[in-house]
Amino acid sequence: MTAPFRIGLEKRLDPPPYVRWLVPILSILVALGFGAVVIGLAGADPIEAYLQILAGAFGSPAAWLDGEFYAVSETIVRTIPLILTGLAVAVAFRMRFWNIGAEGQLVVGGVFVAWVALFLPELLPGIPQTPWVYLPLMAVAAILGGALWALVPAVLKAALEVDEIITTIMLNFVAILTYQYLFTGPWKDPEGQGFPGSAPFPEFAWLPRIGGRVTLGLFLALAAAVVVWLVFDHTKLGYEIALTGENPEAARYAGVRRAGIILAVMLLSGGLAGLAGFTETAGISHRLQQGLAIGNGFTGIIVAWVAKLRPGWIVLVAFLLSALFVGGDQLQISMGLPASIGAFFQGMILLFVLGGDVFSRYRLRIARRAHVISAEG
Amino acid sequence: MQRWKILLVAAFALVVAACSSGGGATTTAGGGGTPTTGGGEMAEPLTVAFVYVAPIGDLGWTWAHDQGRLAIEEEFGDAVETLYIESVPEGPDAERVIRDFAQKGADLIITTSFGYMDPTIAVASEFPDVEFVHISGYKTADNVATVFGRMYQPRYLSGLVAGKATKTNTIGYVAAFPIPEVIRGINAFTLGVREVNPDAVVKVVWTNTWFGPPEEKEAAEALLAAGADVIAQHQDTTEPQKAAADAGGFSIGYDSDMRAFVGDTVLTSPIWNWGVKYVDIVRQMLDGTYEGGYQYWGSMADGIVDLAPLSPLVDADTAALVDEKKAAIVAGDLDVFCGPIVGANGNTVVEAGKCLTDGEMLSMDWFVDGVEGEAPAEAPTGLGE
Repeated sequence: MTAPFRIGLEKRLDPPPYVRWLVPILSILVALGFGAVVIGLAGADPIEAYLQILAGAFGSPAAWLDGEFYAVSETIVRTIPLILTGLAVAVAFRMRFWNIGAEGQLVVGGVFVAWVALFLPELLPGIPQTPWVYLPLMAVAAILGGALWALVPAVLKAALEVDEIITTIMLNFVAILTYQYLFTGPWKDPEGQGFPGSAPFPEFAWLPRIGGRVTLGLFLALAAAVVVWLVFDHTKLGYEIALTGENPEAARYAGVRRAGIILAVMLLSGGLAGLAGFTETAGISHRLQQGLAIGNGFTGIIVAWVAKLRPGWIVLVAFLLSALFVGGDQLQISMGLPASIGAFFQGMILLFVLGGDVFSRYRLRIARRAHVISAEG
Repeated sequence: MQRWKILLVAAFALVVAACSSGGGATTTAGGGGTPTTGGGEMAEPLTVAFVYVAPIGDLGWTWAHDQGRLAIEEEFGDAVETLYIESVPEGPDAERVIRDFAQKGADLIITTSFGYMDPTIAVASEFPDVEFVHISGYKTADNVATVFGRMYQPRYLSGLVAGKATKTNTIGYVAAFPIPEVIRGINAFTLGVREVNPDAVVKVVWTNTWFGPPEEKEAAEALLAAGADVIAQHQDTTEPQKAAADAGGFSIGYDSDMRAFVGDTVLTSPIWNWGVKYVDIVRQMLDGTYEGGYQYWGSMADGIVDLAPLSPLVDADTAALVDEKKAAIVAGDLDVFCGPIVGANGNTVVEAGKCLTDGEMLSMDWFVDGVEGEAPAEAPTGLGE
């Protein structure tokens, strides 16, 4: 016997404003609830675990009073590349160009930065060796590197309709293997006793730090968010990107040149990802070595999605995700939980936030069978 | 939109506030409890923190280090407290984790992967009162020592076993990165193989990851498909061993006695006994006699490296040969990298009567004759003294 009622989803024609913030908050709470159960099953106290994550990511008031902001500074360190890759992905996704290649574009950006820092001083000794000249040069190189790498799938798509998901994913591997080849091969530090890693950058090629390991890259990332916001909301290009994404046919009728817009979007997207390669090499590692491709490009996809491709939210989501990441280490250090719990947590929250999104666009409807049938008919 | 942001920030601030008051409360409770105790008879335990590159469950590299951690706990009981964190990516990100341990009051921090070298040095300069031990690197400071072992000695012995075992005269070697440590292992292994079987070749596949179960497995499968019937490895997990067993082949493990995890097809494993050195360091620290900043490269005679017991599938002749060579190495009568050694390109690298220096071994970037694979450099001539 079928039940007399049926639970179904119905599209919200006019979503009430509260849905937009209530759904994500509820989603996060549900995820935390599930996480608590798993932590409990692992034999630890969930409340204690959550407090540890918060303290690990932001520090404690006692530490703040001592002028100790180390924890939150490390969360910001981790936020900087995520803002940039989140923006990179958002630019492409807004026109439904599925750029899964931010990781590779970031890496190529880092490689270009390393080339400038390691070889330009010798090649063109005439260039003044000061941060004022070199840092802008390196930043431009990073943008160029990322943009060039993104140009390949863009051209293939614009000219030959090659699926960009495949090309952007595959180019990640090409980029990462090339970068590994460089610092284990031709760019290896001659004084490194054969160990992998380039020589350190000269100090005038280091991005200045403003506190802890936080660099000026923070302002660069925030400025990039403003620029992307301006492009999205206040330029013709932004309008064309959104229009092409939502309705390619309409865009065509409106006179948008599809090939042109694909190239423009991917140059911007790749450039932003490349810039993350600049903040990571010039700001943190000061050399080309293992550890540049640690998934910031992929996490950027998650940042962009959860933030619904909005630049302001991307900044916030990048900060929260990196807090989860940095604070998550405490689960291991202080509570002896396995490392996989941290990753589990991120996955959990994302799953619920993205899944919860359904409820901001649809609402649950409990209906009598007859009504449902007639509604379907 | 605006309201959304304000609310979220507010909620967030609320949670942070709640958390911090909670944290504060525990501290006060602890502080309130202590004054009643009798005082300083109970010494603070020595806190030893470990940074691991893979999960302990890798049953290989990190597992072996964790056995060392457990050996410390067993040896010193309440006098030590150990902490660890697993799966920390190599490179700049590790700096945060290491500094976190230092700030939490660790007395000794042991960083167990090559890629932690620069972060360890960076953090150590900020915490002169904390001792650091970095595994496998080459940079030291007043409070940073390096610890490693002459793994090439048991590698060579395992090569003897592999050379006798192969029927196809093709041995596969799944290797992580083309760095001197790994290359030294491949060369030592191959010298052992060729000593008992001059027709055998060792094919090398680089995975470019220390810990990558799928990559390790795929590399082993590719080597098996290319005709290898024995698989050796320089990785963190037992995956290559499982792949070899599944294909009906033999394997040589690494890091831990992998026969215990995979079965008798693992003929033997060159293994790490980190506990030997870790217990030693902790004892000196407890005695107050510890002096940091040294470079330690322990041998089979010291016990930090060894060869795991042979599988019952190894025949008695081979076992006798291994025993004999092992005794000679431990006694100091036999060294692995002594001439004549011919490079993969045919160059005579070391002439008869000469042996490689430690410096030459530590910067090795070329393959010996019998290895098929990509090495960073061509074999030179005229090494050794």
